[in-house]
Amino acid sequence: MKEFELFFGPNHPGMHGNFSVHLRVDGDTVVKAKPVPGFLHRGFEKLMERRLWIQNLALIPRICVPEPDINEMVYAMAVEKIAGIEVPEKAHWIRTLILELGRIAAHLFSIGGIGGATGLYTFPYWATADRDSVLDIFEHISGARIYHMYIIIGGVRKDLPEGIDSLIRETMDYLESRIPEYIDLVMKNRIIQTRLRGKLVLTREMCEEMCITGVGLRATGVDYDIRKYDPYAAYEWVDFDIPVGEDGDAFTRGYLKLLEIQQSIRIIRQVLDKMPKKGPVNVKLPGNALKWRIPPGEAYAHVESSRGEYGYYVVSTGETTPYRVHVRGASYPQGLYGIEKYLPGTRIEDVPLWLGTMDVCPPEIDR
Amino acid sequence: MNKRLELPKKSFWSPASALKYLVKKPVTIRVPKTYREASPRYRGFHVNDWDKCVGCGTCAEVCPTDAIHMVEFEEIPTEPGKRNWRPAIDYGRCSFCALCVDVCTTGSLQMTREYIHISRDPNTFFFVPNEKGIHSVEYPVGYERDEDSDLLDLDRVEMPVIEPQERVTSFIEMVRGYSKEQAIAEASRCVECELCRSACPAQMHIPQYIHQIWKDNLDEGLRYLYKTNPLPEVCGRVCTHKCETACSIGHRGEPVAIRWLKRYIADSVPLERYHEILDAKPVKPAGKSVGVIGSGPAGLSAAYYLVLMGYDVTIYEAKSRPGGVMRYGIPRYRLPDDVLDKDIAFIESLGVRFVMNTKVGVDITLSELKQRHDAIVLAVGFTKGRSTKVPGSDHPMVLQALPLLEKIRDYLRGDAPKPAVTDDVVVIGGGNVAMDIARSVARLQKQEYGKVSVKVACLESEKEMPADKEEIEEALEEGVEIHPTWGPRQFLVENGELKGVELKRCIRVFDEKGKFNPIYNENERKTLTASMVIEAIGQAPDYSLLPDEICQKLDFVGARLLTDEYGQTSIPWLFAAGDIVHGPDIIHAIEDGHRAAKGVDTFLTGGNANE
Repeated sequence: MKEFELFFGPNHPGMHGNFSVHLRVDGDTVVKAKPVPGFLHRGFEKLMERRLWIQNLALIPRICVPEPDINEMVYAMAVEKIAGIEVPEKAHWIRTLILELGRIAAHLFSIGGIGGATGLYTFPYWATADRDSVLDIFEHISGARIYHMYIIIGGVRKDLPEGIDSLIRETMDYLESRIPEYIDLVMKNRIIQTRLRGKLVLTREMCEEMCITGVGLRATGVDYDIRKYDPYAAYEWVDFDIPVGEDGDAFTRGYLKLLEIQQSIRIIRQVLDKMPKKGPVNVKLPGNALKWRIPPGEAYAHVESSRGEYGYYVVSTGETTPYRVHVRGASYPQGLYGIEKYLPGTRIEDVPLWLGTMDVCPPEIDR
Repeated sequence: MNKRLELPKKSFWSPASALKYLVKKPVTIRVPKTYREASPRYRGFHVNDWDKCVGCGTCAEVCPTDAIHMVEFEEIPTEPGKRNWRPAIDYGRCSFCALCVDVCTTGSLQMTREYIHISRDPNTFFFVPNEKGIHSVEYPVGYERDEDSDLLDLDRVEMPVIEPQERVTSFIEMVRGYSKEQAIAEASRCVECELCRSACPAQMHIPQYIHQIWKDNLDEGLRYLYKTNPLPEVCGRVCTHKCETACSIGHRGEPVAIRWLKRYIADSVPLERYHEILDAKPVKPAGKSVGVIGSGPAGLSAAYYLVLMGYDVTIYEAKSRPGGVMRYGIPRYRLPDDVLDKDIAFIESLGVRFVMNTKVGVDITLSELKQRHDAIVLAVGFTKGRSTKVPGSDHPMVLQALPLLEKIRDYLRGDAPKPAVTDDVVVIGGGNVAMDIARSVARLQKQEYGKVSVKVACLESEKEMPADKEEIEEALEEGVEIHPTWGPRQFLVENGELKGVELKRCIRVFDEKGKFNPIYNENERKTLTASMVIEAIGQAPDYSLLPDEICQKLDFVGARLLTDEYGQTSIPWLFAAGDIVHGPDIIHAIEDGHRAAKGVDTFLTGGNANE
């Protein structure tokens, strides 16, 4: 059969956000794949250079919609590193709480997406609804459901509201009770087993070659997690395990995410138990926010996002705006090199699964 | 951890397991059948308390998406420190980050707990928030600023001062001035809203020079100072700083220390560099000459701007040194001679001539001056003290504050012997001059007797006292006693010797119209012992230099001269500036001098000053 060209996205139910993959297919088999970014029209990194240190707070969460908090965290961490700011203890705990809640929300959204790509539609409905219960918590803490703008330079914006403790615990209990149901409904499902098992395998060599981290790497048996290897916030003070798999296939990646949700619930409960009840939640920079100046210097800060190592490289020349911010998107390698190099040979229906189980996040490429 | 997940065993009943979800509570809710209340912190739409809002525009400044624009409302009254601008929000751009709420200087801006705004009319998405919010419905307030999320720096950088115990022993300048780091830290508190500018009589470029301090560019800062004020060293110390009352940061915190920042610029740039930085030289010789009577702030300011316009300027001063009230009135611990000399030296270096020890009306007549010059600027100030005129006020130990202050400053310069003060003094008055004399006497007492015994009695309550708050606090720190709401009934004299002051309770100082009209309770009295009383209840002008035929042509409002906007009196060649036009205030006098200079220029070139 003759080869033909297929535009997968930017408007396609299986596509994650404003991104496109141009495919050449021979029958059902992908012959050539080309990632096409450029639909966001934002240019986050350049925009950051034009905005005050505080104004960037409204911009950076937009680099990752499902998990915005990591952006706020690495931005704050990098700036704090340059300016030598000591964050109060309570802020570390609150940040850990926020990041783990964000991880749960992002994982639920992501594995729910697998259901969309495989025709198992109960799954995305469940996952999105359960994710909403986490967004409720965010709304109570930060005042917004998606773009929280809560982790700021020097700590967090506000203290936790009263009574949030019980809401979080209830939600965690509920989510924990849902995980066996997800395993029953999805992971043991015949369709998922057939479509995901042994498909889109990433080997350890491929991960090393492309610098893939996160569940992609952990699915190959490497227990690399920045929360353990370079602890930040309050991760040093809590116990948790790093789920790892062996097969490196799409199924393992999806399954690991469910297991990670379990670990996040474990962390959140410890945070609630161990967090100091009183104390400052941020340190103020001198002067008003319009005149915040960060001393000259440069720093790289990284965290373990739901998709792997996520980092910002920030350069300050002592001005009111950053001189340069570079975003190390966790899904950048899979989304750019991975698609071009490893999608050929797979089938058309595997393409959304590649994007879904790797969590290719367009703004991380188109930044 | 789990490495692989095996497939489940197939069961005949497994499809039936789904039945349990029929009795489970659904996760989703049915909107709008079920009302979903937003969280108490929800960042919904804006509400703005118009009574609190001062139109500073800081919300528009911080907005990362440029969604906020300030809109002018003519129906809102304006006053110094309050603008009739209100923020308008474009919800097509707003990112609901609430930075505007966190940075709001007055705390008027908040957000509601509303999720949705739907309209077919796109104009409704551009909205000026008021107390009612976008939907004019009572919505509970959502996101509010708190101490943690506050984006302003409310605490002033503390000014280093000499401790009261130490400073009361001498006349050393008590305020030490900011260091570079302190000045930059203080400057970084300013939001540059420019509300201060409208409150300053001289309309100084306050946000601009504070910005230059913050950027550590003092040369540019000095240029901004000299645009409207040729006496920055003086004003940096003793200005009445109306700007700080208007400062938007002052609504929730301590206002920016504008006065001290001005002083920091002037102190930091040496006089030798002034010419290089300011590049101040007369534009072109105008070929005309102007005489200025009085070398106080108004006279010096007029002379500075006139000489830059190319006029030949001569200042006539009755005293032996220039400076007027700055030299002879304000105590040295507030304004040392050397900084005054610095400001005057720069003005002199531009070509202004000073004729000292020449009292107009005595050493030279006004008509002689008129023959020498094309125009005259009268800037003589308020030099006469007022008396309480109560029984006993003619006793030789009842003194006037101004002459005594003058003697003290002359003594400190070595020009005169030490003025005698007794060990028990009462000061009558509640203004800055009363504080100045009380604190000066306290210092002399400390030197002479080792202890302070100065009692200040004034009609006003503590809140109403016209003296600066800090002046009152510092006086108290130095051991001065203050007796507010008491007016003098009589000075007690026994056998020709002053024994004390009998006071009567003052119930009200100002009437409903705000005019000075005190009412006393004659039955409530108390007595303060005193061997010396100093009256500091206000100053009056001395017009004896003006010949009668001139006086008759001039218009007076009370003790003040009536002039037009540019200081021109009803005699075209005679201009007036300073206390005699606006009452005692240095910064007003400087602005008057500036305006009179414009007026003189217009008069001598035959133009219109308003153009």
